[in-house]
Amino acid sequence: MKYYTTDNLAAAVALKDIPQVEYAALYEDVKERLKDENCHVAHYFARAEQNELKFYLILLDDKTHTVMITSFAMEYYDDIALPSLTALHPQMHPFEREITELYNVEFDSMPWNKPLRFPFNRSNRNSTMDNYPFYSIEGESLHEVNVGPIHAGIIEPGAFRFICNGENVLHLEIALGYQHRGVEHEFAATSNRLRQTLLSESIAGDSAVTHAVAFAMAVEKLIGNKADNNLDIERCVALELERMAMHIADTGALCTDVGYQLGQVACEALRTVTINTTQAWCGNRFGKGLIRPCGTNKPLTTEKIELIRRNVEDVRRRYNEVKEDIESSPSILARFEQCGLVPKAEMLRIGGVGMASRASGVKRDIRSSHPYAAYASSIEHHTIRQHDGDVMARLMVRCNEVLQSADYILKMLENYTPATIAKPDYTTPLQGESLAIAMVEGWRGEVCHVAITNAEGEIATYKVKDPSLHNWMGLALAVRGEGISDFPINNKSFNLSYCGHDL
Amino acid sequence: MIFPKIKVLHSHGWQYIPDLNAVELTEEFRGRPILTPTADMTDVEAAAKLCPTKAISTAPFSLDLGKCLFCGECAMCAPRNIRFTNDYKIGSTSRQALVIKPGDEKVEFHPEQVREDIPKLFGKALKLRQVSAAGDASVEMELNASGNVNFDFGRYGVEFVASPRHADGVVITGPISKNMAEALDICYHSIPEPKLVIVCGSEACSGGLFSESKAISREFLERYHVDLWLPGTPTHPMTFIDGVMNLLRLKKR
Repeated sequence: MKYYTTDNLAAAVALKDIPQVEYAALYEDVKERLKDENCHVAHYFARAEQNELKFYLILLDDKTHTVMITSFAMEYYDDIALPSLTALHPQMHPFEREITELYNVEFDSMPWNKPLRFPFNRSNRNSTMDNYPFYSIEGESLHEVNVGPIHAGIIEPGAFRFICNGENVLHLEIALGYQHRGVEHEFAATSNRLRQTLLSESIAGDSAVTHAVAFAMAVEKLIGNKADNNLDIERCVALELERMAMHIADTGALCTDVGYQLGQVACEALRTVTINTTQAWCGNRFGKGLIRPCGTNKPLTTEKIELIRRNVEDVRRRYNEVKEDIESSPSILARFEQCGLVPKAEMLRIGGVGMASRASGVKRDIRSSHPYAAYASSIEHHTIRQHDGDVMARLMVRCNEVLQSADYILKMLENYTPATIAKPDYTTPLQGESLAIAMVEGWRGEVCHVAITNAEGEIATYKVKDPSLHNWMGLALAVRGEGISDFPINNKSFNLSYCGHDL
Repeated sequence: MIFPKIKVLHSHGWQYIPDLNAVELTEEFRGRPILTPTADMTDVEAAAKLCPTKAISTAPFSLDLGKCLFCGECAMCAPRNIRFTNDYKIGSTSRQALVIKPGDEKVEFHPEQVREDIPKLFGKALKLRQVSAAGDASVEMELNASGNVNFDFGRYGVEFVASPRHADGVVITGPISKNMAEALDICYHSIPEPKLVIVCGSEACSGGLFSESKAISREFLERYHVDLWLPGTPTHPMTFIDGVMNLLRLKKR
């Protein structure tokens, strides 16, 4: 089997250099490769090219730190069913579902052939949000609970259908798509690169920095202009600040849901300090406006560095006290421990990524497996893992990552002297007929952006993958067998993105 | 164990903002812009061309905060003509008032446009149901933050509730996706009369980056009266608090 092998730092690849194989060969090869836990699918999508439908598959090998790209094609109007890879490796399900939804390609013996996000350009216009084919089980002792799309709190919409046996959840199915805005389509519909940058910042507002860094990296690969060391460091400081803020927010949310008010308010205040630090740096509490292709409008200054260091040190100390408090409170532990288990084997089967996967003992972290920016130079990242795969494990990964992120920020800024950083570049033409992959480990996990340019050097196809695409299935598995009243803490322990999934 | 809790409590100290009327945000914060026309408007023309949501008009010179994503790029492009201040008081009863013109020193709120029954009925307690219709989670988090330990908007009786049946109004975030349009409609109709509508975030005000997207449906806003428009990407908790306090006549402007 032929792959084009590259890594997360390399420049864009010319489309003609990507091998084209037969689906049968690809099927056999992927079938074997995905048995190895070091290997998973980063992206798999189709796009129309002239009169054929071209499929691109991107595999990550964590051991060799490589990214492998291959492709195959079929005639646009061909109606041959392809043997489904989901049937062997459930981690393929969102990708095959998306391809079916957009292009009506049939995957033979696909076990979970359901709509993914009801996009406006779906092939079957009769398939609408209202008639999502929920799974159902007949039984005298069973009942269904429908939640959403509007939830009790101030959060994004999504429909959850529980099948319960008494108080316990037998099965949970999550129907998404309410948040679909047509993000990928908007990327390709404009040649205004600032507009594209802002689109990346709004893919998931809580991961604005992460997605913007991924977009900036993709563009830089297509220009052939690598970010310099200082820009890399400033981006990583912003990424780690975002990670701290969101992990602290979720620690507080978990405390809220078990009625632990002290932890809740302490975390609310700590998150405020963290995001206000980002605001004092760039004018926006979520880091919008900070990350730009090839440069930045908001370089660090001596005063800002001092402010960040002071606040991060303070937050680190106070957050550690909250962590120690949680760990020494039996009534909190009783709610979090052994609740919402996702064993390692299950996590691997569904292709889980990011902090949720690490809580189940899976060593998946782009910062160490496919390093980029400062993680490829000044910071050698040590992946934090837990092994129980329960709510407590997910909380502890968060807690330890907050402390680690604080340490990274302090280390990066220790000897950092502000230097002149280039202004953003919105005009340099992109390399034509090429494909760029950019992966960033956000606080949720692996974000993967793929940009394909046309002959004129404009983005013709832009594919976005938020870690939530993989991990929603993890939440569905976590609540099986749990009391339905434990759903909120399980949900918060994952805190997945609806808009990142629906795009 | 009690000792770790005392430690947390001690470090936490005293966090709430004593006077919500006296809040000033950091210098860096991008709020209400000030426009200054010059004889040579080429910079503004370049900024208008760059603006990702076409919020800037050149003739006559204006900037529509309902479309503005507050990225600040226009101020880099035309520093003589556009400057962002840290004024977060940018909510208004009228969509038109969000269009900033040269010489504007504030965003006009127009108290006379507020329905009489709003401050009368809800002045002491306003319960709101929030509906995210393709909001990107940042506006939602800021609305949550308005009730947190720092801002504590609950001190004025303004809170978010779970059921629309318990609510006095709806707060809409996001550009309103087609897939969410029906749920928003059902939610609105489940709220008992009299009720109010607050539109929160630039994406909700105008559709933002998605105003041209085929996945968006803005019909709801054509059908129903909006009582409060709040721009921002995301809307800062103080913008929300200031806007609602004006609506309820809780502060003098």
